Amino acid sequence: MAAATNAARERAPVLLVLMGLALALLVAVPILNTLPEDSPYRLSDFSVVLIGKYLCYAMLALSIDLVWGYCGVLSLGHGAFFALGGYAMGMYLMRSIGTRGVYRDPILPDFMVFLNWKQLPWYWYGFDHFAFAAIMVVVVPGLLALAFGWLAFRSRITGVYFSIITQALTFALLLAFFRNDMGFGGNNGLTDFKDLLGFPLNTGATRRGIYVASLVGLVGTYLVCRRITRSKLGRVLIAIRDAESRVRFLGYSVTAYKLFVFTLSAMLAGIAGALYVPQVGIINPSEFSPANSIEAVIWVAVGGRGALYGAVIGAFAVNGAKTWLTTSVPELWLFVLGGLFIAVTLFLPRGLIGLIGLGGGAPRGLGLDRLLPRLSVPKVPKPRRGDG
Amino acid sequence: MMAFVSRACVLLVACLVLLAAPRGAWAQDAFAEAAAGLAGSFDDKIAAIDKLAALGDPRAVPLLQALSDGNLLVHEGDNKLAIERDKTAYDAVTNQKLGPSDAGYDTARVNNRVRGVLRGALGRLQLASPDRAQRLAAAIDVFKTRSIDNLPIIQGALARESDPEIRAQLQVSLGATQLLSDKPEDRLAGVKALAGSSDPDVRAMLVQERQSPNVDPKVAAALDAAMGAMDSRLAMLNLVQTVFQGLSLGSVLLLAAMGLAITFGVMGVINMAHGEMVMLGAYTTFVTQQVFRAWLPAASEYSLLVSIPAAFVVTGFLGILLERCLIRFLYGRPLETLLMTWGLSMILQQVVRSLFGPTNREVASPSWMTGAVPLGDAVTITLNRVWIIVFGLLVLAIIVLVTRATTFGLHMRAVTQNRKIASTMGIRTAMVDAFTFGLGSGIAGMAGVALSQIDNVSPNLGQSYIIDSFMVVVFGGVGNLWGTLVGAFLLGIVNKFLEPYSGAVLGKIFVLVAIIIFIQRRPRGLFALRGRAVET
Repeated sequence: MAAATNAARERAPVLLVLMGLALALLVAVPILNTLPEDSPYRLSDFSVVLIGKYLCYAMLALSIDLVWGYCGVLSLGHGAFFALGGYAMGMYLMRSIGTRGVYRDPILPDFMVFLNWKQLPWYWYGFDHFAFAAIMVVVVPGLLALAFGWLAFRSRITGVYFSIITQALTFALLLAFFRNDMGFGGNNGLTDFKDLLGFPLNTGATRRGIYVASLVGLVGTYLVCRRITRSKLGRVLIAIRDAESRVRFLGYSVTAYKLFVFTLSAMLAGIAGALYVPQVGIINPSEFSPANSIEAVIWVAVGGRGALYGAVIGAFAVNGAKTWLTTSVPELWLFVLGGLFIAVTLFLPRGLIGLIGLGGGAPRGLGLDRLLPRLSVPKVPKPRRGDG
Repeated sequence: MMAFVSRACVLLVACLVLLAAPRGAWAQDAFAEAAAGLAGSFDDKIAAIDKLAALGDPRAVPLLQALSDGNLLVHEGDNKLAIERDKTAYDAVTNQKLGPSDAGYDTARVNNRVRGVLRGALGRLQLASPDRAQRLAAAIDVFKTRSIDNLPIIQGALARESDPEIRAQLQVSLGATQLLSDKPEDRLAGVKALAGSSDPDVRAMLVQERQSPNVDPKVAAALDAAMGAMDSRLAMLNLVQTVFQGLSLGSVLLLAAMGLAITFGVMGVINMAHGEMVMLGAYTTFVTQQVFRAWLPAASEYSLLVSIPAAFVVTGFLGILLERCLIRFLYGRPLETLLMTWGLSMILQQVVRSLFGPTNREVASPSWMTGAVPLGDAVTITLNRVWIIVFGLLVLAIIVLVTRATTFGLHMRAVTQNRKIASTMGIRTAMVDAFTFGLGSGIAGMAGVALSQIDNVSPNLGQSYIIDSFMVVVFGGVGNLWGTLVGAFLLGIVNKFLEPYSGAVLGKIFVLVAIIIFIQRRPRGLFALRGRAVET
């Protein structure tokens, strides 16, 4: 362990240079967008929005890496927190449409007028203020994660059980948000947004502004996660990941640590969702689909879990490939994605960063088998040569 | 007696047609006399209809039917009645051909008042019809158009009738008619007769009767008792219906979850591609059906029976292949198994989508599986769902038999309990792993055969069942087939009981939340394995 940390420290300058370079490229995106139309170096508005979306995905990946890579808690429902943050932002954008909707109702969003609702439901109150919406973006996912995590961690639901239950959670939310009488626009979700804080959403300047906000969000998330993982708290988290029972026997409250990091991670995912919605211009229940959450997990796995930059790299790499493939050979994409799941788990347990020898943060082999001390799994010596 | 009358009537009509007797000869006939009134005003018509109905002459049925259908014509000149068939007019009494229907005829008009009287009269006349279907229809008709005038006719019909179904309907109609009577004892008898029915219309009738002003106290008490009895019977039927639907859903969950109980429960492998095994089983059913249609059309009724072993072999073999090539490398790493099998499921879906197309494929139900069994007036039970329940239990029995009574089952249990010692005892554990996974997948394939009968066969068929099946296994207790059985049926029934109150979607959410809370209390499910094996 100490040797690994030393090795990581020796590699640190290389890493810093690489990260600085990546950051410089990301900062350059909105600047290149302001170049005149005919300049060969100009980036289109489309690219700005696309890379802006990737930034949000990278934030989501970071939040998953924090709980999975460092604490060994595999959540297959992080898409739900992302979507809840997105809905909170969507509700603000919906309220700020005002009388510019199709039905020109100053208070009720279009879909409510369409459903013949007379009054704004109580849970829509306050969303006309940006500050309130911004608080809700972190509070709603945070509260859900707190309640859910408390129930789950308290009774020591770990490993795959936790994964399946989180999947059921996001599935339940998917079904719930599809209902029209939930008051969140049902199947169509929230869309037709006009402006954010008074800036019209369809102008290049606003897009660049949101992009910069997303970049700041990503860097901020990275720094928060880095601060946590490098602290003593982070050491306890890694200890929980590698030997939960031992940490508990040493007197640490595993439940409290897990609950803290799970809730924080949900809040970060919520922020990512909130930054995502004004860029894509729509939020609908399909964001809750279990497939989305598990796809986000694969970004982390591809990049390399247990290392924060791994999650970011994974989010960019997989989504870049997705954008490229779904436009050029759409029928291939699911094969590639499915293949990624198989290849990464079988051949690249430490992800891309393991491949290029940068996976200093993750201990060899990751000890995933030890994450499930309470499951009735037949214990198998891992290289099973000569068996039977 | 009936037969004699009807034969006599037929003979009579035949004579009329054959002899084409002059109209004058029949002018004294009471029937023709009464029928003539149909050409008059609305009041005349009502009087004529009543007279015709009182005569009980079967010839009146086609005549009144024609009036009701708007096919009765009145000659503009001499007010002679004719019935229109295929644009030709026939004499209403003699059935003689009179020529084209558009030559000087007017349609006899009716208003709502006439129509009401007409319907009752037709009902009364048809009650005496020799045709069973017509009598039944008429018995229902007199229930719908209640009139106190019908009372003696229904009583007469009831005395004559021997068919049990028509008798039952007549009893109800009689009761409904008796309710209209002035005499309390008649009404009391009516209420008693109606108490045996479970028809919602009858219930509405009783409620209306109860709410009408100045009800005789005795009648009121009888009404309350009748409604109480009817409500409890309806509730019972509803309960039976709901439980049946729950069992049906439960059997589907059971089929989908049994394979998981083996791969997840016994082997500890999280197979997210399990739903795709179910989907492949359904597509095997489709392919088998197409093969039978192409080469053995005569036996295509039984292609479903062939597809059961076919699906088992196809998905079981695929399962063994996957275990050997991929899954065995990830034993003891359940989270990664989960991710990898999710990837597998995506690939399998996409393969099927590119082979068979993204749209639903049609799998026909064989005739011996279709149909429904009526259970009282309000409840029916569809046969294919009964078959699926039977099939689910049968498969469970087979699995229990395999694990308990075969050498392979013994080896499987030995490897689950202690791999090292099993290996020392000479059991080829790797082989056992492969075949156990194959068994689990094969069962999923058989579930697919069953699902093809009630669900759409499409590439995402499996997706809709995977989360539910995991819930069943987690709820029932991992590694316990009885737990899976109880969990599946319990979840199915609870789901169906919640549905009427909260709608299907909310019911499902409630169940998911309930399971999450339930797991708080019993983290190992309903039937937890005990002992040291749990803590490894």
